[in-house]
Order: sequence, then C-alpha cells, then structure tokens
Amino acid sequence: MTEDISKSSNFTDPGMPGMVGDWASDKQAFDMPWGKLMMWIFLLSDTFIFSVFLTAYMNVRISATDAWPNSSEVFALTIGGVTLPLLLIAIMTFVLITSSGTMAMAVNFAYRGDRRTTALLMAATALLGASFVGMQAFEWTNLIVHEGVRPWGNPLGAAQFGSIFFMVTGFHGLHVSIGVIYLAIVSFKVARGDYEKKGYAIVEITGLYWHFVDLVWVFIFAFFYLW
Amino acid sequence: MSSTTGQEHPIGIYLKIWLLLFVLSACSYMVDFYGAQGYLRWSLILIFMFLKAGFIVAIFMHLSWERLALKYVLLVPPIAILVLISLMSIEGEYTNLTRHVFFER
Repeated sequence: MTEDISKSSNFTDPGMPGMVGDWASDKQAFDMPWGKLMMWIFLLSDTFIFSVFLTAYMNVRISATDAWPNSSEVFALTIGGVTLPLLLIAIMTFVLITSSGTMAMAVNFAYRGDRRTTALLMAATALLGASFVGMQAFEWTNLIVHEGVRPWGNPLGAAQFGSIFFMVTGFHGLHVSIGVIYLAIVSFKVARGDYEKKGYAIVEITGLYWHFVDLVWVFIFAFFYLW
Repeated sequence: MSSTTGQEHPIGIYLKIWLLLFVLSACSYMVDFYGAQGYLRWSLILIFMFLKAGFIVAIFMHLSWERLALKYVLLVPPIAILVLISLMSIEGEYTNLTRHVFFER
C-alpha cells in the first residue's frame, strides 16, 4: 500500500494529471524544501500588499482634482547644464537589475557547491542593494529639502503625491534594506560553511526574496515614474 | 524528500536574461526620454513592464521549471487583484466626479 502511494506521485508526471497526482497522494504536495514553499507563500502575500498600495495610488491619482506632478520633471537631474529626465531612477533600475543578475548566478554556484564564489556574488548583491538604498536616500533628500514635497502637500501639484510617493517607495526601500541584511547574513554563513550538511536551498530562498524586490521595482518604475 | 536537488541550469541563460532586462529597461527609459504620449506611452510602458516581470519570475525565480501545482498557487490568487483594480478605478472616477460637482458649484 505504501508503495502504491509513493508511486502515484513522485513529482515526475507533467501537466494537469501531474498536479492532480501531487495533491491527491497522502503526502507532501509541493516538491521543494518547506522553507522555499514558505518563502513563496510570503511573497504571494507581499504581492497583495504592494498591489493594494499601487491600487490605492491609482485611486488617489484618478480622484485628485489638481494636476498630478509631472514625474519626468520632478525626478530630473541636471548634470553639467544638461537636464536629463529620470536619470537617477534609471541608474537605480540598472543597479537593481544587476544585483538580480549576480543573485541568480550566486544560486547557480551554490548548487554547484562553489562556496567561495557564492559568498562573493551574494556580497556583491548586498553591496548593489545598499547602493540602491543610498541613491533612494539621496532622492528623498532632494525631494524633501529642495522640492519641498511633504506627505500633506507640495508646491508641484496634487497634495496626495507626497503621501503616496513616500509610502510606496518607502515600503519598497524597507524591503531592500531588509534584503541587504538578509543577504549579508546568509553570505557570511555560506562563507563559513554552515550549509555544507543542510544543502544550499537557503541561497535559492534568499534569491527568491531578492528577485521579488526587483520585481516590485519594475512595477513601481512603470506606474510611479513613467506613467 | 525525494528530488530536492534544486534548480541547476547553465549559467549562460542568466547572462542572456540579464542582458535582456537591461535592454528592456533601457527601452522603457526611452519611452520617457523621447516623451511618447497617450495610448502609445501607456501601452509601451505596460508591454515593457510585463515582459520584465515575466522574465524575472520565469527565469530568475525559476518558476517556469516548477511544478504546475506551485504555478497555480502563485498565479491564480492575483486575479483577485485585477477585480480590485477595476472596482477602484470606477470608484476613483466617481470620487473625481463628485469633487468636481461639489467644489465647482
């Protein structure tokens, strides 16, 4: 009997019959370490949090009667007399994508058992993340000190701009900051050899979180800065 | 459990996707740089956004290699968000209308 159950779903059948088999057997339904599944479930819940924030932003922007500040001009940087729209935001985007790339490579090297390269790539990811937070701090300072943007109003247009901007990018920045700490800890433990027995699924789990942070930025970049 | 070997793929695919994400980001930046407006701007923004999001989830987060059971767990619930977005856009239009009616009497 036990043999039949283990045979009925060994996570090999593809497609819909495979999914029914995964769920129908009296055993683990998902073919992965529990930590990875829990990270996915957490990320799904986080998807809802950010979606609700961005939906709130949409609602507030539609209902505002004053003109919405032109993000292309608000976030422009002037370098050597040339004003470039969204330059800092573009650099932040490239930094975050690069960090996602180094993270993906770290996961790859972790499963190959190359501890040193994994730890180095994760440390590089953490550094890129930290520089992202730094640029965001610069951007916030610029908005608060020079543009006079406050959560309750601003000289550029609709008063709702400040509150929704600080909430959405602040919450994302918090995620990046936590991710940097998370990466630093796991990178250190990888280098020390803590996962030699347990296996390197932890690097993939950390990677999932980090790619999610990048994913959220894709949506913020599109809806907040470009729209 | 049985086959928890993890995700192993050739390194080349990550480099290609990385490059692709760079190009797509540059494209969406160009939308703003060249100041495309109206429906052209919005559709370009959305196309580049969904392409980037799709590649990150499918390749970097390895979702395209996962079992269908996990794909459905992650991709079906967000349909509720689409319902929320449509409801809130109707609500926003209504609020905007009432504000205009009230403040411009």
